[in-house]
Amino acid sequence: MKSSALKFVSFLFLAMTIIPSFLVFAQILNMNQNKTLMFIGTVGWFVTAPFWMKK
Amino acid sequence: MALFSRKSLVTKLDAVNEFEREPVPEGKLKGWKSFVGTYAGEHTAGTEFVLGPLFVAHGVTASDLLWGLLIGNFLAVLSWAYLTAKISVKKRVTLYYQLEKIGGKNFALGYNLVNAGLFCFLAGSMIAVSATAVGIPFDLPMPTLNDIYPNSVGWVLTVMVVGAITTVVAMFGFDQVARFANLAAPWMIMIFIAAAVAVLPELGVTSLSDFWPVAETKIWNGVPLEGQSKFTFWHITFFAWFCNMAMHIGMADMSLLRYAKKWQYGFASSAGMILGHYIAWVASGILYALFLHQSANSTEFAPGPVAYNAVGIAGALCVIIAGWTTANPTLYRAGLAVQAINAKWKTWKVTLVVGLVTTVAAMFPALVMKLLEFVALYGLILMPAGAVIFADVYLLPKLGLQEEYAERAGLRFNTAAAATWVLTLLICLWLNLSFGIEIFFVGLPGWFIAVVLYVVASRLVQKRAV
Repeated sequence: MKSSALKFVSFLFLAMTIIPSFLVFAQILNMNQNKTLMFIGTVGWFVTAPFWMKK
Repeated sequence: MALFSRKSLVTKLDAVNEFEREPVPEGKLKGWKSFVGTYAGEHTAGTEFVLGPLFVAHGVTASDLLWGLLIGNFLAVLSWAYLTAKISVKKRVTLYYQLEKIGGKNFALGYNLVNAGLFCFLAGSMIAVSATAVGIPFDLPMPTLNDIYPNSVGWVLTVMVVGAITTVVAMFGFDQVARFANLAAPWMIMIFIAAAVAVLPELGVTSLSDFWPVAETKIWNGVPLEGQSKFTFWHITFFAWFCNMAMHIGMADMSLLRYAKKWQYGFASSAGMILGHYIAWVASGILYALFLHQSANSTEFAPGPVAYNAVGIAGALCVIIAGWTTANPTLYRAGLAVQAINAKWKTWKVTLVVGLVTTVAAMFPALVMKLLEFVALYGLILMPAGAVIFADVYLLPKLGLQEEYAERAGLRFNTAAAATWVLTLLICLWLNLSFGIEIFFVGLPGWFIAVVLYVVASRLVQKRAV
């Protein structure tokens, strides 16, 4: 259960690395906001994923 | 620190030795999912940041690129499935062991050494790619497309630092690197796609219908950059097919696919082709086109700053990690291959020497700028070994000749296999020099030549023995 929740959080961070770019394309976000969100998504993924990704 | 634990290295070495000299047992076979994951991860790497932009630099048109990649990658997947996977499942041993059975210990050793040398250059190019991102905070002068030699002291120092770190980690921490590479793989492909999508508006694409006209005029406009040759549909098709020639037609992936329950798992390679050799190449080409657009066709060629300008720190990190996670296992494998000369040599010492050679090579930007040619040459040089295995497995028994002749005859060196390798490469060189057949294409006739040569040479060698 705990692992599933963590997985969910990891994938949210992973989504944060790609979805903002589509919002830039749709002219909803600007480039700077995109860069910040992608960085947060990157850090979040690398901090959370090692706990459940064994190999 | 676990990263520098000797124990992990020993454990890894033990793992590498698993079933090295025996067929993989039934209980150790793996399902298709693990092959999909492995191929997707292995083929989304640091090289993708260089190859996609080089297609742009070589002036390919948009339609030639997209169709060429589609057909070339399709042919690559067929090669993996029908050649490599079929033989892997039939034999279930590593490429090295199969080569030893056919060509003898000394032949396999020669293959290992050549492979190690090629691995060094590949790892070197990836260290250089990482260095372009590491150098961003220091405002490092970046190499240009036509550079051959190091262009500044700063460049040399940056490469030395990245090379030293890569070497030390390869010496002591392969397990952690492999784990980190798996962790980075899904993130990396996200960054590739995200970066390309985010910069499209800057190229003038604000709706899907804008994409094609912009692709044809601003991204892959068909005009090569100064000093670069012109690429056509055929260059792209053959490059996409043969860039991993060593792995499929050359049979290096026997070591991986011998674990497949069915030969059809060879089709799992399509995951790597779609993500790495289609989406990532297209994406990195788009990023480079934006750079060219903004810099008035500057000849500077540095994946780090290109990715950083597009998506900030995440982009620069992606270049560093992609380069590093490709360079590291490659360096480690090169060390193991060299160590095969003398098992008494300490792996870490061999890796240290290999790392030094690799780092020196990485200082020369030509390694990155000529990556297309190098990758093609890499596949070509190792291809005859795969042709020898193919002929040995399928043709020799049908022609009344003995397969795995070195093992059966107790030879340490099978002249037929060695002559096939050397003569094939000499004929390919002759085709290149005399008829102008470019290195990207010569592998195709080369494979047929190698098969015929091996059959003829085997008949001569085995007849003489009788």
